[in-house]
Amino acid sequence: MNDSEQPGSAGESGPATPTDMAGSPVQAGDVPAPSAHEVELAVHTGGQPEKVSPDDSLAAAQAVASTATTMEVMEANPLRDPRDKRLPRVAGPCVLVIFGVTGDLARRKLLPAIYDLGNRGLLPPGFSLVGFARRDWAHQDFAKITHDAVKEHARTPFREEVWKQICEGLHFVPGSFDDDGAFDALVMALKEIDETRGTGGNYAFYLSTPPNAFPVIVEQLKRTGLTKPPKGSWRRVVIEKPFGHDLKSARELNRIVDSAFKPDSVFRIDHYLGKETVQNILALRFANTLFEPIWNRGYVDHVQITMAEDIGVGGRAGYYDGIGAARDVIQNHLLQLLALVAMEDPTAFGAAALRREKEKVLEALTLPEDLGLATARGQYTAGWQGGVPVKGFLEEEGVPPDSKTETYAAIKLEIANRRWAGVPFYLRTGKRLGRRMTEVAVVFQRAPHLPFSKTDTEILGQNALVIRIQPDEGITVRFGSKVPGTAMEVRDVNMDFAYGEAFLESSPEAYERLLLDVLIGDPPLFPHQREVELSWMVIDPIEEFWAKSDERPEGYPAGTGGPKSADELMARDGRTWRML
Amino acid sequence: MTSFLMGSTTASDISSQLTRLRHQVGAPAVGMVLTLVVVCDESHQYDAVRAASEASREHPSRILAVIPRERDEATRLDAEIRVGELTTGEVVLLRLYGELREHADSVLSPLLLPDIPVVVWWPGDAPEAPAKDPVGAFGQRRVTDARSARDSVAAIKSRIGGYTPGDTDLSWTRITPWRSLLAAAFDQPVGKILDGYVEAEPDHPSAALLAVWLSQKLEAPIKVTESSGPGLTKVRLRLDDGEVMVERHDSRTATLVRPGQPDRQVALARRPTSDLLAEELRRLDPDEVYEETIRGVAGYDLS
Repeated sequence: MNDSEQPGSAGESGPATPTDMAGSPVQAGDVPAPSAHEVELAVHTGGQPEKVSPDDSLAAAQAVASTATTMEVMEANPLRDPRDKRLPRVAGPCVLVIFGVTGDLARRKLLPAIYDLGNRGLLPPGFSLVGFARRDWAHQDFAKITHDAVKEHARTPFREEVWKQICEGLHFVPGSFDDDGAFDALVMALKEIDETRGTGGNYAFYLSTPPNAFPVIVEQLKRTGLTKPPKGSWRRVVIEKPFGHDLKSARELNRIVDSAFKPDSVFRIDHYLGKETVQNILALRFANTLFEPIWNRGYVDHVQITMAEDIGVGGRAGYYDGIGAARDVIQNHLLQLLALVAMEDPTAFGAAALRREKEKVLEALTLPEDLGLATARGQYTAGWQGGVPVKGFLEEEGVPPDSKTETYAAIKLEIANRRWAGVPFYLRTGKRLGRRMTEVAVVFQRAPHLPFSKTDTEILGQNALVIRIQPDEGITVRFGSKVPGTAMEVRDVNMDFAYGEAFLESSPEAYERLLLDVLIGDPPLFPHQREVELSWMVIDPIEEFWAKSDERPEGYPAGTGGPKSADELMARDGRTWRML
Repeated sequence: MTSFLMGSTTASDISSQLTRLRHQVGAPAVGMVLTLVVVCDESHQYDAVRAASEASREHPSRILAVIPRERDEATRLDAEIRVGELTTGEVVLLRLYGELREHADSVLSPLLLPDIPVVVWWPGDAPEAPAKDPVGAFGQRRVTDARSARDSVAAIKSRIGGYTPGDTDLSWTRITPWRSLLAAAFDQPVGKILDGYVEAEPDHPSAALLAVWLSQKLEAPIKVTESSGPGLTKVRLRLDDGEVMVERHDSRTATLVRPGQPDRQVALARRPTSDLLAEELRRLDPDEVYEETIRGVAGYDLS
């Protein structure tokens, strides 16, 4: 009950209230301002926005002042108008504290994403970034590292004036996580930033550390009182996967975080959900009439969800051993994708409505009875990957030679509801496969009757709609077309929509979107604890089954399409995997 | 970049040449999201086409530049097709001589890409009612630029009568970063604005639009005052107990002043035309806030 949807909460009983929208604690006694939904409603019904007299707007502004820089305050802003689509959503004044800022993720993704947000004018004036790590650095050293990370990895061109703005807000606090003094210094630093930069006590803590550091960091934040926002400001915490390694540890992890932060201040990042194409699944399904009528067991034969990586475990060997592909990828990314593809239409694009539908699908997931026939796992062996000889998993540094950890996992799931009964969902992921590719392929049934001779349609496959997530985000529709010539020969062709071509030259990085959502306090793209738990309920029995088995994961040479047992899994159902 | 010159040609010849090029050169056939028609004279042509090409990197487009030439010459159409490097789409320069000057629409209609939006942009002189113009009538969106007119505030006023949803002006686009920053400054309540002013170089249409927008939203008198520029330099709003001020010093960074908070530096660079155009192409629905603002300019005493 700790953080599941509270029955009777406003989210259940009507349009989302500011509490839901904001993702930040609203103290009792606050007057809720109209939510985005309601404001929009007013615009559409009245033709004109509600005309508020300046005194009213001032009163409204003061009424919500105590929630500070959340979405409802923005709506009290006289200069914001829902029809004014040129004005971007900008976060309010705040500080982002990154623990483990020396890590790979921070350097390659977080710091560049912050610069890119700044460059697009989406960071608030006064935005400050505090790095916390066990390094003997001064502010300048941190600025230098950030500068280099931005130059190397940022998506948008480097501009001196933007860098200057960000650089003024950079701070570094050295220390280890068990060092009380370091956290006291952090408190002092934050206090000073509030005074010099006007950030108003709004802090987001990004735990870019291994999960075993979470308890001590959270404990320190509690000890120093940083988890308790003074009235009128917010505290948020951002955690990255893995959210535990099974149901029990996920609950334990949640208990720790939950003890310090309210459930709606906890942002779990699954960076796949920040990707444009993933969000586009919702647009594709629910903004069009073309696809929804065939999006069910009447027309869909099966669904394949693939995340193939060409890299090995490399430097992550220590973490990866004992975790494996199913926990690392299927439990979070692939099940989230499955939920978006299979869910019913949400009543609104708000966090509560989306979660409800996702949870329903995850609850309806069923595992086949014989797990031996419905799952496959593998371990890459030495081979050639893209023209380069590479080591096998067991030869990687940090991996014990008798490791049974799988680097490839494939599972077959079914969804027990009216829409999907009898339609298998095949999920696969692996490392050191032939190609880097993530996609969702909805494969349709063959036409019930073909008025052509058998030879004419010999090479005609099944129609498919493929949502390509990376690389080259886009959508492909595959269907039969007549081959030019005198014979009536039908062959598969592709119709392609590529994001890179149709919209921005480069769409925003997933982390840009997600960081902005954290700073604004907009939660729809973040998985909820309940979803995490439901996903573990799917993965746990498979892991137990594998752990009990004496068999070792089947070897597959690096650079190929995975183990034979995975192909056999499909062959048993008379199907094949899509080519990697 | 490959360029093909076609003298005394017709729209259908151009169209078949474009199709031929797609097959032969491998010019991009799919993925174009709009047709951008640029109506300008020869002296504006280079800069306008360049800006349009850069914007087309964000919005792959077929760019059709309509260049009216000498009325006295024999009626004919000269075309220049460019594909490759500079643009992701195709660029066709159409030079109209003699009587054809009055019939640009007949040249354009076979060249517009089917099923996708058309945007018409006048980098220089524009018709008073863009939607009533034969070329402008093709566009879902019609973009003018008041700054190119001799009396630019008058140019904005002159568009009010012929305003049709879908009209916008680049002098409105130019102030988006200012509006965005000011809106951010108001995300925390500041209290009632008593009055204020917008400071800019003389006869700056964006300053007028910004002042009117602020006065409509804040319901306070906002004046326009002159400075030596470049462009907009300051917005100052007076409160009971202090002020909200944005001051741009070097056309790149600005200082934001708010009561109860330390002064802060923010990036606020002037943007090149290609960026403005790219922003303009991002949304093709009517800009109602722009409409309200230009209607406000008519009855507003700015000084």
